[in-house]
Amino acid sequence: METLSAVLVEPFVAIAEAPMFFFEVLIGGLLSGVMYALVALGFVLIFKASGVFNFAQGAMVLFAALFFVGFIDLGWPIWLSLVVTVGVMVLLALVIERAVLRPLVNQDPIILFMATIGITFFLDGFGQTLWGSDVRRLDIGIPDDPLIVAGLYVNQFDIYAAVICGLLVLGLALFFQFTPTGRALRAVADDHQAAMSVGVPLNVIWAIVWTVAGIVGLVAGIMWGAKLGVQFNLALIALKALPVLILGGFTSVPGAIVGGLIIGAGEKVAEVFWGEVLGGAIEDWFAYMLAMVFLLFRPQGLFGEKIIERV
Amino acid sequence: MSGVQQRESAVQRKRHIGDVLLAAENIGLRFGGVQALAGVSFDIREGEIRAIIGPNGAGKSSMLNVINGFYQPQEGHIVWRGQRMRRMRPHFAARNGIARTFQNIALFKGMTTLDNIMTGRMLKMRATMLEQAVFWGRARREELEHRAFVERIIDFLEIPHIRNVPVGKLPYGLQKRVELARALAMEPTLLLLDEPMAGMNLEEKEDMCRYILDVNEEFGTTVALIEHDMGVVMDISDRVVVLDYGRLLADGPPEEVRRDPEVIKAYLGVSQD
Repeated sequence: METLSAVLVEPFVAIAEAPMFFFEVLIGGLLSGVMYALVALGFVLIFKASGVFNFAQGAMVLFAALFFVGFIDLGWPIWLSLVVTVGVMVLLALVIERAVLRPLVNQDPIILFMATIGITFFLDGFGQTLWGSDVRRLDIGIPDDPLIVAGLYVNQFDIYAAVICGLLVLGLALFFQFTPTGRALRAVADDHQAAMSVGVPLNVIWAIVWTVAGIVGLVAGIMWGAKLGVQFNLALIALKALPVLILGGFTSVPGAIVGGLIIGAGEKVAEVFWGEVLGGAIEDWFAYMLAMVFLLFRPQGLFGEKIIERV
Repeated sequence: MSGVQQRESAVQRKRHIGDVLLAAENIGLRFGGVQALAGVSFDIREGEIRAIIGPNGAGKSSMLNVINGFYQPQEGHIVWRGQRMRRMRPHFAARNGIARTFQNIALFKGMTTLDNIMTGRMLKMRATMLEQAVFWGRARREELEHRAFVERIIDFLEIPHIRNVPVGKLPYGLQKRVELARALAMEPTLLLLDEPMAGMNLEEKEDMCRYILDVNEEFGTTVALIEHDMGVVMDISDRVVVLDYGRLLADGPPEEVRRDPEVIKAYLGVSQD
Protein backbone atom coordinates (compact mmCIF):
# COMPACT_ATOMS: atom_id res chain seq x y z
CA MET A 1 0.00 0.00 0.00
CA GLU A 2 2.75 2.36 0.96
CA THR A 3 4.70 1.63 -2.22
CA LEU A 4 1.58 2.07 -4.27
CA SER A 5 0.94 5.47 -2.79
CA ALA A 6 4.59 6.37 -3.26
CA VAL A 7 4.34 5.57 -6.96
CA LEU A 8 0.84 6.71 -7.78
CA VAL A 9 0.14 9.59 -5.41
CA GLU A 10 3.16 11.25 -3.93
CA PRO A 11 4.91 12.25 -7.15
CA PHE A 12 1.79 14.04 -8.32
CA VAL A 13 1.52 15.78 -4.98
CA ALA A 14 5.10 16.89 -5.39
CA ILE A 15 4.31 18.19 -8.88
CA ALA A 16 1.25 20.07 -7.64
CA GLU A 17 3.20 21.59 -4.79
CA ALA A 18 6.00 22.89 -6.94
CA PRO A 19 4.62 23.53 -10.44
CA MET A 20 7.44 25.91 -11.34
CA PHE A 21 10.02 23.25 -10.60
CA PHE A 22 8.02 20.74 -12.62
CA PHE A 23 7.98 23.07 -15.59
CA GLU A 24 11.71 23.58 -15.33
CA VAL A 25 12.24 19.85 -15.38
CA LEU A 26 9.80 19.51 -18.26
CA ILE A 27 11.45 22.22 -20.35
CA GLY A 28 14.88 20.82 -19.60
CA GLY A 29 13.61 17.44 -20.74
CA LEU A 30 12.02 18.78 -23.91
CA LEU A 31 15.19 20.61 -24.85
CA SER A 32 17.36 17.56 -24.34
CA GLY A 33 14.74 15.67 -26.34
CA VAL A 34 15.61 17.95 -29.24
CA MET A 35 19.11 16.53 -29.08
CA TYR A 36 17.76 12.98 -29.34
CA ALA A 37 15.58 14.06 -32.23
CA LEU A 38 18.68 15.34 -34.00
CA VAL A 39 20.24 11.89 -33.96
CA ALA A 40 16.97 10.16 -34.84
CA LEU A 41 16.57 12.47 -37.83
CA GLY A 42 19.66 10.99 -39.46
CA PHE A 43 18.15 7.50 -39.21
CA VAL A 44 14.80 8.61 -40.62
CA LEU A 45 16.33 10.31 -43.66
CA ILE A 46 18.17 7.20 -44.77
CA PHE A 47 15.40 4.78 -43.85
CA LYS A 48 12.81 6.77 -45.76
CA ALA A 49 14.85 7.10 -48.91
CA SER A 50 16.38 3.66 -49.13
CA GLY A 51 14.60 1.39 -46.65
CA VAL A 52 17.96 0.78 -45.03
CA PHE A 53 18.18 0.96 -41.28
CA ASN A 54 21.52 2.67 -40.92
CA PHE A 55 23.11 1.20 -37.84
CA ALA A 56 26.12 3.41 -38.49
CA GLN A 57 24.32 6.69 -37.80
CA GLY A 58 25.77 6.85 -34.27
CA ALA A 59 29.23 6.12 -35.61
CA MET A 60 28.74 8.90 -38.17
CA VAL A 61 27.94 11.30 -35.32
CA LEU A 62 31.18 10.35 -33.59
CA PHE A 63 33.17 10.35 -36.82
CA ALA A 64 31.98 13.84 -37.76
CA ALA A 65 32.58 15.20 -34.27
CA LEU A 66 36.08 13.70 -34.18
CA PHE A 67 37.06 15.40 -37.43
CA PHE A 68 35.52 18.70 -36.37
CA VAL A 69 37.20 18.81 -32.98
CA GLY A 70 40.41 17.47 -34.49
CA PHE A 71 40.59 20.36 -36.96
CA ILE A 72 39.83 22.87 -34.21
CA ASP A 73 42.59 21.41 -32.05
CA LEU A 74 44.94 21.91 -35.00
CA GLY A 75 44.24 25.60 -34.53
CA TRP A 76 41.88 26.03 -37.48
CA PRO A 77 39.06 28.56 -37.15
CA ILE A 78 35.61 27.12 -36.47
CA TRP A 79 34.16 28.01 -39.87
CA LEU A 80 37.01 26.35 -41.73
CA SER A 81 36.77 23.23 -39.58
CA LEU A 82 33.06 23.12 -40.27
CA VAL A 83 33.43 23.46 -44.03
CA VAL A 84 36.17 20.86 -44.24
CA THR A 85 34.23 18.45 -42.03
CA VAL A 86 31.18 18.84 -44.26
CA GLY A 87 33.51 18.00 -47.14
CA VAL A 88 34.66 14.89 -45.27
CA MET A 89 31.04 13.80 -44.74
CA VAL A 90 30.24 14.30 -48.43
CA LEU A 91 33.26 12.21 -49.34
CA LEU A 92 32.21 9.55 -46.84
CA ALA A 93 28.72 9.41 -48.37
CA LEU A 94 30.19 8.99 -51.85
CA VAL A 95 32.52 6.23 -50.69
CA ILE A 96 29.72 4.40 -48.85
CA GLU A 97 27.46 4.60 -51.91
CA ARG A 98 30.21 3.39 -54.22
CA ALA A 99 31.85 0.73 -52.07
CA VAL A 100 28.95 -0.61 -50.01
CA LEU A 101 25.50 0.25 -51.38
CA ARG A 102 26.10 -0.14 -55.09
CA PRO A 103 27.48 -3.69 -54.96
CA LEU A 104 24.55 -4.65 -52.72
CA VAL A 105 21.78 -3.12 -54.80
CA ASN A 106 18.57 -5.21 -54.84
CA GLN A 107 19.69 -7.24 -51.85
CA ASP A 108 17.43 -7.83 -48.85
CA PRO A 109 17.21 -4.97 -46.36
CA ILE A 110 18.71 -7.23 -43.71
CA ILE A 111 21.88 -7.59 -45.79
CA LEU A 112 22.18 -3.83 -46.16
CA PHE A 113 21.59 -3.55 -42.43
CA MET A 114 24.46 -5.95 -41.77
CA ALA A 115 26.61 -3.87 -44.11
CA THR A 116 25.89 -0.76 -42.04
CA ILE A 117 27.07 -2.64 -38.94
CA GLY A 118 30.31 -3.14 -40.82
CA ILE A 119 30.41 0.58 -41.59
CA THR A 120 29.94 1.26 -37.87
CA PHE A 121 33.06 -0.69 -36.94
CA PHE A 122 35.03 0.93 -39.70
CA LEU A 123 34.04 4.47 -38.72
CA ASP A 124 34.59 3.91 -35.00
CA GLY A 125 38.00 2.41 -35.65
CA PHE A 126 39.15 4.71 -38.42
CA GLY A 127 38.05 7.90 -36.63
CA GLN A 128 39.80 6.96 -33.43
CA THR A 129 42.90 5.73 -35.23
CA LEU A 130 43.25 9.12 -36.89
CA TRP A 131 42.36 11.33 -33.96
CA GLY A 132 43.00 9.19 -30.89
CA SER A 133 40.54 8.00 -28.30
CA ASP A 134 41.03 10.64 -25.63
CA VAL A 135 38.07 12.67 -24.53
CA ARG A 136 38.36 16.03 -26.27
CA ARG A 137 36.75 19.18 -25.05
CA LEU A 138 34.78 20.99 -27.69
CA ASP A 139 34.06 24.66 -27.08
CA ILE A 140 32.13 26.35 -29.83
CA GLY A 141 31.37 29.44 -27.79
CA ILE A 142 27.82 28.64 -26.74
CA PRO A 143 27.38 29.68 -23.09
CA ASP A 144 26.32 26.88 -20.79
CA ASP A 145 24.83 28.81 -17.89
CA PRO A 146 21.19 29.00 -16.90
CA LEU A 147 18.92 31.73 -18.15
CA ILE A 148 15.83 32.97 -16.39
CA VAL A 149 12.82 32.99 -18.68
CA ALA A 150 9.46 33.95 -17.16
CA GLY A 151 10.72 33.00 -13.72
CA LEU A 152 11.99 29.60 -14.87
CA TYR A 153 15.59 28.50 -14.93
CA VAL A 154 16.41 27.21 -18.40
CA ASN A 155 19.79 26.03 -19.66
CA GLN A 156 21.00 28.43 -22.32
CA PHE A 157 22.92 25.78 -24.21
CA ASP A 158 19.79 23.68 -24.60
CA ILE A 159 17.97 26.66 -26.09
CA TYR A 160 20.72 27.15 -28.64
CA ALA A 161 20.57 23.46 -29.46
CA ALA A 162 16.81 23.64 -29.95
CA VAL A 163 17.07 26.67 -32.22
CA ILE A 164 19.81 25.09 -34.33
CA CYS A 165 17.84 21.86 -34.59
CA GLY A 166 14.72 23.81 -35.54
CA LEU A 167 16.56 25.67 -38.30
CA LEU A 168 18.04 22.45 -39.59
CA VAL A 169 14.65 20.76 -39.75
CA LEU A 170 13.08 23.81 -41.39
CA GLY A 171 15.85 23.92 -43.98
CA LEU A 172 15.48 20.22 -44.71
CA ALA A 173 11.71 20.50 -44.94
CA LEU A 174 11.94 23.38 -47.44
CA PHE A 175 14.56 21.58 -49.48
CA PHE A 176 12.54 18.37 -49.57
CA GLN A 177 9.28 20.10 -50.35
CA PHE A 178 10.21 22.69 -52.92
CA THR A 179 13.23 21.69 -54.97
CA PRO A 180 13.30 19.17 -57.83
CA THR A 181 16.01 17.24 -56.00
CA GLY A 182 13.80 17.16 -52.92
CA ARG A 183 10.99 15.92 -55.12
CA ALA A 184 13.25 13.16 -56.44
CA LEU A 185 14.17 12.20 -52.88
CA ARG A 186 10.54 11.95 -51.87
CA ALA A 187 9.80 9.99 -55.01
CA VAL A 188 12.49 7.44 -54.19
CA ALA A 189 11.20 7.22 -50.62
CA ASP A 190 7.70 6.47 -51.90
CA ASP A 191 8.39 3.99 -54.68
CA HIS A 192 11.78 2.85 -55.96
CA GLN A 193 10.55 1.30 -59.20
CA ALA A 194 8.36 4.21 -60.17
CA ALA A 195 11.21 6.60 -59.42
CA MET A 196 13.55 4.57 -61.62
CA SER A 197 10.96 4.52 -64.40
CA VAL A 198 10.99 8.31 -64.63
CA GLY A 199 14.76 8.26 -64.68
CA VAL A 200 15.68 9.18 -61.12
CA PRO A 201 19.24 7.91 -60.70
CA LEU A 202 19.11 5.91 -57.47
CA ASN A 203 22.87 6.06 -56.94
CA VAL A 204 22.93 9.84 -56.97
CA ILE A 205 19.92 10.04 -54.68
CA TRP A 206 21.52 7.65 -52.19
CA ALA A 207 24.72 9.67 -52.20
CA ILE A 208 22.70 12.81 -51.50
CA VAL A 209 20.71 11.18 -48.72
CA TRP A 210 23.83 9.83 -47.01
CA THR A 211 25.44 13.24 -47.34
CA VAL A 212 22.47 14.92 -45.70
CA ALA A 213 22.40 12.26 -42.97
CA GLY A 214 26.14 12.85 -42.50
CA ILE A 215 25.61 16.58 -42.12
CA VAL A 216 22.76 16.03 -39.66
CA GLY A 217 25.13 13.67 -37.84
CA LEU A 218 27.76 16.41 -37.82
CA VAL A 219 25.36 18.87 -36.22
CA ALA A 220 24.33 16.26 -33.66
CA GLY A 221 27.99 15.46 -33.04
CA ILE A 222 28.87 19.10 -32.47
CA MET A 223 25.99 19.69 -30.09
CA TRP A 224 26.48 16.48 -28.13
CA GLY A 225 30.24 16.89 -28.25
CA ALA A 226 29.98 20.37 -26.79
CA LYS A 227 27.83 18.96 -24.03
CA LEU A 228 29.65 15.73 -23.16
CA GLY A 229 33.05 16.18 -24.78
CA VAL A 230 33.94 14.33 -27.95
CA GLN A 231 34.50 10.72 -26.99
CA PHE A 232 33.48 7.22 -27.92
CA ASN A 233 30.28 7.60 -25.89
CA LEU A 234 28.85 9.75 -28.68
CA ALA A 235 28.44 6.65 -30.81
CA LEU A 236 26.24 5.15 -28.12
CA ILE A 237 23.85 8.08 -28.17
CA ALA A 238 22.47 6.46 -31.27
CA LEU A 239 21.04 3.79 -29.00
CA LYS A 240 18.88 6.45 -27.39
CA ALA A 241 17.63 7.35 -30.85
CA LEU A 242 16.15 3.87 -31.27
CA PRO A 243 13.27 4.35 -28.81
CA VAL A 244 12.72 7.78 -30.34
CA LEU A 245 12.29 6.11 -33.73
CA ILE A 246 9.98 3.44 -32.37
CA LEU A 247 7.82 6.14 -30.82
CA GLY A 248 7.80 8.49 -33.77
CA GLY A 249 7.81 5.97 -36.58
CA PHE A 250 10.80 5.13 -38.76
CA THR A 251 9.52 7.01 -41.78
CA SER A 252 8.42 10.32 -40.33
CA VAL A 253 10.56 13.43 -39.87
CA PRO A 254 7.97 15.11 -37.61
CA GLY A 255 7.74 11.77 -35.81
CA ALA A 256 11.46 11.86 -35.03
CA ILE A 257 11.05 15.27 -33.49
CA VAL A 258 7.91 14.53 -31.48
CA GLY A 259 9.35 11.18 -30.40
CA GLY A 260 12.53 12.91 -29.25
CA LEU A 261 10.56 15.47 -27.25
CA ILE A 262 8.39 12.82 -25.57
CA ILE A 263 11.37 10.70 -24.61
CA GLY A 264 13.45 13.64 -23.45
CA ALA A 265 10.66 15.11 -21.33
CA GLY A 266 9.41 11.73 -20.13
CA GLU A 267 12.72 10.49 -18.84
CA LYS A 268 13.63 13.72 -17.07
CA VAL A 269 10.27 13.98 -15.34
CA ALA A 270 10.34 10.29 -14.44
CA GLU A 271 13.86 10.60 -13.06
CA VAL A 272 13.14 13.63 -10.92
CA PHE A 273 9.75 12.70 -9.55
CA TRP A 274 9.73 8.92 -9.59
CA GLY A 275 13.45 8.25 -9.35
CA GLU A 276 13.62 8.01 -5.60
CA VAL A 277 10.75 5.54 -5.27
CA LEU A 278 11.94 3.25 -8.03
CA GLY A 279 15.56 3.31 -6.95
CA GLY A 280 16.96 5.96 -9.30
CA ALA A 281 18.69 5.82 -12.69
CA ILE A 282 15.32 5.69 -14.41
CA GLU A 283 16.75 7.91 -17.11
CA ASP A 284 18.81 4.99 -18.34
CA TRP A 285 15.94 2.64 -19.06
CA PHE A 286 12.80 4.77 -19.25
CA ALA A 287 13.07 5.36 -22.99
CA TYR A 288 13.43 1.66 -23.75
CA MET A 289 10.48 0.72 -21.59
CA LEU A 290 8.34 3.31 -23.34
CA ALA A 291 9.49 1.92 -26.68
CA MET A 292 8.54 -1.58 -25.60
CA VAL A 293 5.05 -0.46 -24.67
CA PHE A 294 4.74 1.16 -28.08
CA LEU A 295 5.95 -1.98 -29.81
CA LEU A 296 3.16 -3.90 -28.10
CA PHE A 297 0.36 -1.51 -28.92
CA ARG A 298 1.37 0.63 -31.87
CA PRO A 299 4.34 -0.91 -33.66
CA GLN A 300 4.29 1.60 -36.51
CA GLY A 301 4.88 4.47 -34.07
CA LEU A 302 2.91 7.68 -33.74
CA PHE A 303 3.46 8.92 -37.29
CA GLY A 304 4.82 5.96 -39.18
CA GLU A 305 3.02 4.33 -42.06
CA LYS A 306 1.00 1.33 -41.09
CA ILE A 307 2.62 -1.69 -42.64
CA ILE A 308 0.11 -3.74 -44.57
CA GLU A 309 1.49 -6.56 -46.64
CA ARG A 310 -0.71 -7.41 -49.58
CA VAL A 311 -0.46 -10.99 -50.72
CA MET B 1 -20.56 5.33 -84.77
CA SER B 2 -17.53 5.35 -82.54
CA GLY B 3 -16.60 1.97 -83.95
CA VAL B 4 -16.52 3.46 -87.45
CA GLN B 5 -14.43 6.38 -86.29
CA GLN B 6 -11.97 4.11 -84.61
CA ARG B 7 -11.62 1.91 -87.64
CA GLU B 8 -10.91 4.97 -89.75
CA SER B 9 -8.28 6.19 -87.36
CA ALA B 10 -6.71 2.76 -87.38
CA VAL B 11 -6.42 3.01 -91.14
CA GLN B 12 -4.95 6.50 -90.89
CA ARG B 13 -2.45 5.34 -88.31
CA LYS B 14 -1.15 2.63 -90.59
CA ARG B 15 0.12 5.40 -92.83
CA HIS B 16 2.47 6.84 -90.25
CA ILE B 17 3.77 3.58 -88.87
CA GLY B 18 7.50 3.61 -89.48
CA ASP B 19 10.63 1.57 -88.84
CA VAL B 20 11.26 -0.85 -86.02
CA LEU B 21 11.77 1.20 -82.85
CA LEU B 22 12.46 -1.59 -80.44
CA ALA B 23 12.90 -5.30 -80.88
CA ALA B 24 13.01 -8.11 -78.38
CA GLU B 25 15.34 -10.83 -79.62
CA ASN B 26 14.92 -14.32 -78.27
CA ILE B 27 14.32 -13.15 -74.69
CA GLY B 28 14.69 -15.81 -71.98
CA LEU B 29 14.06 -14.88 -68.36
CA ARG B 30 14.18 -17.16 -65.31
CA PHE B 31 13.47 -16.57 -61.66
CA GLY B 32 15.16 -19.47 -59.93
CA GLY B 33 13.43 -22.51 -61.40
CA VAL B 34 10.55 -20.56 -62.93
CA GLN B 35 10.85 -19.83 -66.63
CA ALA B 36 9.00 -16.53 -66.98
CA LEU B 37 9.90 -15.96 -70.64
CA ALA B 38 11.40 -18.34 -73.19
CA GLY B 39 12.65 -17.42 -76.64
CA VAL B 40 10.31 -14.48 -77.11
CA SER B 41 10.96 -12.30 -80.15
CA PHE B 42 8.85 -9.50 -81.53
CA ASP B 43 9.26 -5.89 -82.55
CA ILE B 44 7.54 -2.59 -81.96
CA ARG B 45 7.36 -0.18 -84.88
CA GLU B 46 7.46 3.57 -84.64
CA GLY B 47 4.03 5.12 -84.32
CA GLU B 48 2.04 1.95 -83.78
CA ILE B 49 -0.12 0.77 -80.92
CA ARG B 50 1.14 -2.65 -80.00
CA ALA B 51 -0.84 -4.85 -77.66
CA ILE B 52 0.62 -7.64 -75.56
CA ILE B 53 -2.01 -10.08 -74.41
CA GLY B 54 -2.16 -13.46 -72.77
CA PRO B 55 -3.66 -15.30 -69.80
CA ASN B 56 -2.55 -14.49 -66.26
CA GLY B 57 1.04 -15.46 -65.59
CA ALA B 58 1.89 -15.52 -69.29
CA GLY B 59 4.90 -13.22 -68.75
CA LYS B 60 3.41 -9.98 -70.08
CA SER B 61 4.52 -7.75 -67.22
CA SER B 62 7.89 -9.48 -67.15
CA MET B 63 8.24 -8.57 -70.81
CA LEU B 64 7.64 -4.88 -70.07
CA ASN B 65 10.11 -5.08 -67.21
CA VAL B 66 12.71 -6.48 -69.57
CA ILE B 67 12.02 -3.74 -72.10
CA ASN B 68 12.63 -0.90 -69.68
CA GLY B 69 15.52 -2.61 -67.92
CA PHE B 70 13.98 -3.57 -64.58
CA TYR B 71 14.71 -7.23 -65.32
CA GLN B 72 17.86 -8.51 -66.98
CA PRO B 73 17.03 -11.50 -69.16
CA GLN B 74 19.45 -14.44 -69.00
CA GLU B 75 19.13 -14.89 -72.75
CA GLY B 76 18.47 -12.58 -75.65
CA HIS B 77 18.70 -8.86 -76.17
CA ILE B 78 16.73 -5.71 -76.52
CA VAL B 79 17.48 -3.79 -79.69
CA TRP B 80 16.77 -0.09 -79.41
CA ARG B 81 16.67 1.89 -82.66
CA GLY B 82 18.80 -0.71 -84.34
CA GLN B 83 21.37 -0.72 -81.57
CA ARG B 84 21.70 -4.01 -79.73
CA MET B 85 21.88 -3.31 -76.01
CA ARG B 86 24.23 -5.44 -73.96
CA ARG B 87 22.09 -4.61 -70.93
CA MET B 88 19.04 -2.39 -70.85
CA ARG B 89 19.04 -0.09 -67.82
CA PRO B 90 16.05 1.79 -66.40
CA HIS B 91 17.99 5.03 -66.51
CA PHE B 92 18.99 4.53 -70.14
CA ALA B 93 15.39 3.65 -70.98
CA ALA B 94 14.07 6.79 -69.28
CA ARG B 95 16.70 9.00 -70.95
CA ASN B 96 15.78 7.62 -74.35
CA GLY B 97 12.11 8.29 -73.88
CA ILE B 98 10.75 4.93 -72.74
CA ALA B 99 8.08 5.82 -70.19
CA ARG B 100 5.77 3.41 -68.43
CA THR B 101 2.90 2.81 -66.07
CA PHE B 102 2.48 -0.12 -63.72
CA GLN B 103 -0.07 -2.83 -63.19
CA ASN B 104 -0.46 -2.05 -59.49
CA ILE B 105 -0.28 1.72 -59.81
CA ALA B 106 3.15 2.92 -58.70
CA LEU B 107 2.61 6.55 -57.82
CA PHE B 108 4.34 8.58 -55.15
CA LYS B 109 1.46 8.37 -52.71
CA GLY B 110 2.51 11.09 -50.32
CA MET B 111 2.90 13.66 -53.10
CA THR B 112 0.29 15.74 -54.90
CA THR B 113 -0.85 15.06 -58.44
CA LEU B 114 1.19 18.01 -59.64
CA ASP B 115 4.37 16.85 -57.88
CA ASN B 116 3.89 13.34 -59.20
CA ILE B 117 3.65 14.58 -62.76
CA MET B 118 6.57 16.97 -62.24
CA THR B 119 8.82 13.99 -61.45
CA GLY B 120 8.34 13.06 -65.11
CA ARG B 121 10.27 16.23 -66.01
CA MET B 122 13.20 15.23 -63.82
CA LEU B 123 15.53 14.30 -66.64
CA LYS B 124 14.85 17.54 -68.49
CA MET B 125 16.09 19.70 -65.63
CA ARG B 126 19.60 21.07 -65.85
CA ALA B 127 19.98 23.32 -62.82
CA THR B 128 22.40 22.15 -60.14
CA MET B 129 21.31 21.32 -56.63
CA LEU B 130 22.84 24.53 -55.33
CA GLU B 131 20.87 26.63 -57.80
CA GLN B 132 17.73 24.76 -56.82
CA ALA B 133 18.37 25.33 -53.13
CA VAL B 134 18.40 29.10 -53.60
CA PHE B 135 15.76 28.93 -56.37
CA TRP B 136 17.62 31.39 -58.53
CA GLY B 137 18.22 32.00 -62.24
CA ARG B 138 18.16 28.79 -64.22
CA ALA B 139 16.43 26.79 -61.49
CA ARG B 140 13.57 29.27 -61.31
CA ARG B 141 13.17 29.56 -65.08
CA GLU B 142 13.25 25.79 -65.52
CA GLU B 143 10.72 25.12 -62.80
CA LEU B 144 8.30 27.58 -64.43
CA GLU B 145 8.79 26.14 -67.92
CA HIS B 146 8.24 22.59 -66.75
CA ARG B 147 5.30 23.65 -64.68
CA ALA B 148 3.71 25.14 -67.80
CA PHE B 149 4.31 21.93 -69.75
CA VAL B 150 2.81 19.84 -66.97
CA GLU B 151 -0.24 22.10 -66.90
CA ARG B 152 -0.85 21.27 -70.56
CA ILE B 153 -0.81 17.56 -69.76
CA ILE B 154 -3.15 18.14 -66.84
CA ASP B 155 -5.57 19.90 -69.18
CA PHE B 156 -5.20 17.22 -71.83
CA LEU B 157 -6.10 14.47 -69.37
CA GLU B 158 -8.84 16.59 -67.80
CA ILE B 159 -7.57 16.42 -64.24
CA PRO B 160 -7.10 20.09 -63.25
CA HIS B 161 -9.43 19.71 -60.27
CA ILE B 162 -7.15 17.22 -58.54
CA ARG B 163 -3.94 19.16 -59.16
CA ASN B 164 -3.13 19.65 -55.47
CA VAL B 165 -4.62 16.47 -54.03
CA PRO B 166 -2.22 13.88 -52.58
CA VAL B 167 -2.61 10.96 -54.99
CA GLY B 168 -3.06 8.43 -52.19
CA LYS B 169 -6.48 9.96 -51.61
CA LEU B 170 -7.66 9.67 -55.23
CA PRO B 171 -9.99 6.96 -56.52
CA TYR B 172 -8.43 4.18 -58.57
CA GLY B 173 -9.43 5.42 -62.00
CA LEU B 174 -7.96 8.86 -61.41
CA GLN B 175 -4.76 7.36 -60.02
CA LYS B 176 -4.36 5.47 -63.28
CA ARG B 177 -4.80 8.73 -65.13
CA VAL B 178 -2.18 10.51 -62.99
CA GLU B 179 0.21 7.67 -63.71
CA LEU B 180 -0.37 8.15 -67.43
CA ALA B 181 0.17 11.89 -66.96
CA ARG B 182 3.51 11.28 -65.28
CA ALA B 183 4.60 9.04 -68.13
CA LEU B 184 3.47 11.64 -70.69
CA ALA B 185 5.42 14.35 -68.87
CA MET B 186 8.56 12.53 -70.01
CA GLU B 187 7.57 13.27 -73.65
CA PRO B 188 8.04 9.59 -74.38
CA THR B 189 8.86 8.08 -77.75
CA LEU B 190 7.70 4.71 -76.45
CA LEU B 191 4.94 4.46 -73.89
CA LEU B 192 4.59 1.16 -72.02
CA LEU B 193 1.19 0.72 -70.38
CA ASP B 194 0.65 -2.21 -68.04
CA GLU B 195 -3.10 -2.84 -67.92
CA PRO B 196 -4.11 0.81 -68.20
CA MET B 197 -7.79 -0.07 -67.96
CA ALA B 198 -7.77 -2.73 -65.27
CA GLY B 199 -10.43 -2.16 -62.65
CA MET B 200 -12.07 0.69 -64.52
CA ASN B 201 -15.73 1.14 -65.31
CA LEU B 202 -16.95 1.45 -68.87
CA GLU B 203 -16.88 5.23 -68.96
CA GLU B 204 -13.37 5.40 -67.54
CA LYS B 205 -12.24 2.80 -70.06
CA GLU B 206 -13.62 4.82 -72.94
CA ASP B 207 -11.82 7.93 -71.67
CA MET B 208 -8.58 6.02 -71.34
CA CYS B 209 -8.92 4.61 -74.88
CA ARG B 210 -9.45 8.10 -76.21
CA TYR B 211 -6.37 9.44 -74.41
CA ILE B 212 -4.21 6.61 -75.71
CA LEU B 213 -5.43 7.13 -79.29
CA ASP B 214 -4.99 10.91 -79.00
CA VAL B 215 -1.47 10.60 -77.67
CA ASN B 216 -0.63 8.20 -80.44
CA GLU B 217 -2.12 10.34 -83.18
CA GLU B 218 -1.20 13.83 -82.06
CA PHE B 219 2.31 13.22 -80.82
CA GLY B 220 3.12 10.11 -82.83
CA THR B 221 3.97 8.34 -79.59
CA THR B 222 4.51 4.61 -79.96
CA VAL B 223 2.44 2.66 -77.47
CA ALA B 224 2.92 -0.88 -76.18
CA LEU B 225 0.15 -1.95 -73.85
CA ILE B 226 -0.89 -4.98 -71.87
CA GLU B 227 -4.64 -5.31 -71.65
CA HIS B 228 -7.18 -7.95 -70.75
CA ASP B 229 -10.23 -6.29 -72.24
CA MET B 230 -10.33 -7.91 -75.68
CA GLY B 231 -12.78 -5.34 -77.02
CA VAL B 232 -10.32 -2.58 -76.25
CA VAL B 233 -7.38 -4.48 -77.68
CA MET B 234 -9.18 -5.28 -80.93
CA ASP B 235 -10.36 -1.68 -81.29
CA ILE B 236 -7.23 0.32 -80.71
CA SER B 237 -4.20 -1.83 -81.46
CA ASP B 238 -2.43 -2.18 -84.78
CA ARG B 239 -0.68 -5.43 -83.99
CA VAL B 240 -1.04 -7.93 -81.17
CA VAL B 241 1.51 -10.21 -79.49
CA VAL B 242 0.06 -13.18 -77.63
CA LEU B 243 2.09 -14.77 -74.85
CA ASP B 244 1.24 -17.98 -73.03
CA TYR B 245 3.38 -19.64 -70.36
CA GLY B 246 6.24 -17.34 -71.28
CA ARG B 247 6.18 -18.35 -74.96
CA LEU B 248 5.14 -16.43 -78.02
CA LEU B 249 1.86 -17.91 -79.20
CA ALA B 250 0.90 -15.55 -82.00
CA ASP B 251 1.84 -12.21 -83.48
CA GLY B 252 -0.13 -10.21 -86.01
CA PRO B 253 -3.01 -7.82 -86.67
CA PRO B 254 -5.94 -8.13 -84.25
CA GLU B 255 -8.36 -9.77 -86.75
CA GLU B 256 -5.82 -12.45 -87.51
CA VAL B 257 -4.84 -13.13 -83.91
CA ARG B 258 -8.47 -13.33 -82.84
CA ARG B 259 -9.07 -16.24 -85.29
CA ASP B 260 -5.90 -18.10 -84.36
CA PRO B 261 -7.00 -21.48 -82.95
CA GLU B 262 -3.99 -21.61 -80.58
CA VAL B 263 -4.99 -18.27 -79.10
CA ILE B 264 -8.60 -19.34 -78.68
CA LYS B 265 -7.43 -22.49 -76.97
CA ALA B 266 -5.13 -20.64 -74.58
CA TYR B 267 -7.80 -18.13 -73.69
CA LEU B 268 -10.92 -20.20 -73.49
CA GLY B 269 -9.65 -23.69 -72.78
CA VAL B 270 -10.02 -26.77 -75.01
CA SER B 271 -13.78 -27.05 -74.62
CA GLN B 272 -14.16 -24.21 -77.12
CA ASP B 273 -15.94 -25.38 -80.27
